[in-house]
Amino acid sequence: MPGASTAASTSGIDFLLAPYRVLDLTDERGLLAGKILADLGADVIQIEPPGGNSARNIGPFHGDDPQPEKSLFWWAYAANKRSITLDLKQKDGQALLEKLVAEADFLIESFSPGYLEGLGLDYQRLAKINPKLVMVSVTPFGQDGPYSNYQANDIVGMALGGFMYLTGDDDRAPIRISFPHFYLHGGAAGATAAMLAHTHRVVTGQGQYVDVSCQQAVAKTLAHAPQIWDIEGAILKRMGVYRQTSGENRVRINWPCKDGYVNYMVQGGTVAYSTRALLGWMKEDGFETDELDAVDWEDMGYGAITPEFMAQLGKPLGEFFNGHTRAELVQGSLDRRILLFPVATPAALQDHPQLEARGYFKELDHPELGVAVQYPGAFVKSGDGGDISGLYRRPPLIGEHNVEIYQEELGLSASELDSLKRGGVI
Amino acid sequence: MTTEQQPIRPLDGVNVLDFCWVAVGPMTTKYLGEYGATVVRVESVKRPGTLRRAAPYKDGIPGINRSAYFASYNANKMGITVDMRHPRARDLMLRMAKWAHLVTENFTPGTMESWELGFDQLKEVNPAIVMFSTSMMGRGGPMEKQPGFGPVLSSLVGLTNLTGWPDRDPVNPYGAYTDFIVPRFAVAAILAGLDRSRRTGEGIHIDMSQLETTLHFSAPVLLDYAVNGREQSRAGNRDPGAAPHGVYPCAGDDRWIALGCSSDSQWEGLQRTIAPDGTGWPYNPDFATLLSRKANEDKLDQLLADWTSSWDSGALMETLQSSGVPAGMVNDCRDLFDDAQLQHRGHFQWLDHPEIGPYATDRSEMTFSLSPGSLDTPAPLLGEHTSHVLKNLIGLSDEEYKSLEEDGVLE
Repeated sequence: MPGASTAASTSGIDFLLAPYRVLDLTDERGLLAGKILADLGADVIQIEPPGGNSARNIGPFHGDDPQPEKSLFWWAYAANKRSITLDLKQKDGQALLEKLVAEADFLIESFSPGYLEGLGLDYQRLAKINPKLVMVSVTPFGQDGPYSNYQANDIVGMALGGFMYLTGDDDRAPIRISFPHFYLHGGAAGATAAMLAHTHRVVTGQGQYVDVSCQQAVAKTLAHAPQIWDIEGAILKRMGVYRQTSGENRVRINWPCKDGYVNYMVQGGTVAYSTRALLGWMKEDGFETDELDAVDWEDMGYGAITPEFMAQLGKPLGEFFNGHTRAELVQGSLDRRILLFPVATPAALQDHPQLEARGYFKELDHPELGVAVQYPGAFVKSGDGGDISGLYRRPPLIGEHNVEIYQEELGLSASELDSLKRGGVI
Repeated sequence: MTTEQQPIRPLDGVNVLDFCWVAVGPMTTKYLGEYGATVVRVESVKRPGTLRRAAPYKDGIPGINRSAYFASYNANKMGITVDMRHPRARDLMLRMAKWAHLVTENFTPGTMESWELGFDQLKEVNPAIVMFSTSMMGRGGPMEKQPGFGPVLSSLVGLTNLTGWPDRDPVNPYGAYTDFIVPRFAVAAILAGLDRSRRTGEGIHIDMSQLETTLHFSAPVLLDYAVNGREQSRAGNRDPGAAPHGVYPCAGDDRWIALGCSSDSQWEGLQRTIAPDGTGWPYNPDFATLLSRKANEDKLDQLLADWTSSWDSGALMETLQSSGVPAGMVNDCRDLFDDAQLQHRGHFQWLDHPEIGPYATDRSEMTFSLSPGSLDTPAPLLGEHTSHVLKNLIGLSDEEYKSLEEDGVLE
């Protein structure tokens, strides 16, 4: 079986990718790729520079204590991985990487274009050691082209990917999501790329190199907005709490309530029952709804609500929502078959009945800190609820698996390991 | 004339029976088709998919084969039309399932079972089959049948709560945003399932809750609540580790530049660009360090916006980048087509559709050294490949086909 190397998984769990080993050289710009493969069961070895991965500097931190072993960003995207330290700039470090490459199925990296080549560790070189290797690079713009050496951070990437122009209030600047997504899109694509190249390897026995662009990954999140330019010559604009339904028509979808926000979209047609039920509830609350009850909701087409009608609806609806808590509105809507949904907060997600029923959150022990932490769990299950992916190892400490991997798996002696440590290689 | 050998694509020879509709499923199977799989979409004439009825339409005239939205997400697929409620539809689909390596669907859980085409039944005719199901909330649990669509899921998953200005109501990330997060996880899981099926000969049913998958795009926020009890909320365009960090106006109507300085060297690059002579407001001691810039961020943003507002956004991006400042123009959808880097990558590709004519669709964000993907055929007309698929791919005789047609199984 091509790809199924001698590197047996040490997770001991029979998840989908259990036979495969991944070398993960990424930092915060690519950690998610290896995380996805690790969740699917691959043995992912995070290779950190001595002192630790730069992603460990990203807050927030456990107990707001900014230390490399307490970064929640690191925890989220390094869980399930093992960690070794390795200085790629030193000759011994490069030799160790080559040993690891000989036994690996995948290598993922997110350095600036040209960096590994400068160290003599580019794909051409690594493929000589292991022709079956699948190597994936995740970078902001790809390995070459006019922006390939541009500096990018999340806000720059989300802007150049076209996402921000379409998000935010129309009377203010475009806006990003307050948690960075630019590199996560590219990281997820890195996992997709790895699996596509793996599938090719299974058939042909050949490894290859894949170059992923985060900018393109973001530009692929825009639904039909690019087609609206291509086909209609119109530039779609951001519209804040509203959603475009047709032409100039838009309906409000986010509404403040007593203690937060809810998502509700006024509609007729096939979901007129939902609107009727809401009006019924408003009447119970003492709202004057005769005028709105008289509207022919059943025959109303999608996109028929004009801005004038929306303005007329907005006042009573807004008042009604403001008079109730989010929990009241969500429960009342379930009882009355109203298509209203919470704008969830982290606390609400922690107590989500569906997530709880499916056993989504998974507790991992951090014995060094004396705590057990609730992590978001498997991103995919089997149809009968079985585990085909999931969490099984808390995020590694810096170089936690140096002995396990260098000595027990690669066969280095204790004194060699000691020399490498003294030499700053590991 | 020599025949040029096409490179082997990763999924050449993989057959997909695709019941997916709307956006999240079709984007998933578009990747599969782009990398060589034979994807056959099952559609209905009586209940055509949502995207076939979604703008933009060619010349603004609605029509079942005129949506460029549908056309973009369904390139490289074939389409057949079957009345799934017809009693004979099940047997026909089981014949397709024998041909397929993968069956994909994103109905409300229970729909495939209602047609007696659940995983157990598919497995009876094809023990190695991989079935991929995705729904808003996943199978089982009290809310498995919760209705909804992408914009709702952005709210349910907490992303809406993280998007907006602190002094205003939160806003949705554009569009059915989660629909475009899930597919990359989906393709990775599907290919991992196919890999195991190949190794073991045993099929597998993969169930993806879009809520659970998308939560990985805010996992540190959830951890912050779990360990610190902190509920993060929307912060406009600010970032705790950088100042300035935001979007600033440029010359023209609704033109903007995004930039952020987290290190001293990036800030110094910005200082030099604004005032090469080393004097003026950028050198005010109030802005000398990250902490002082954070403390005076409102003032900094105001002065910076005054300076950027006379610049062309593209020229400013190039100028700032040449000084080592992370900066990018805020691309609108026309800009995306003109973007030099996206052009370099060949991001948009035009396909020629019989009713729409040439239309743009986006290619994969991945470039393969050995087995590139390709988008070769436009999205199918409704029912375009019914005859070809049933006769040539699964070998129905002319008589069988005719009988299915006459019985109304084929729409």
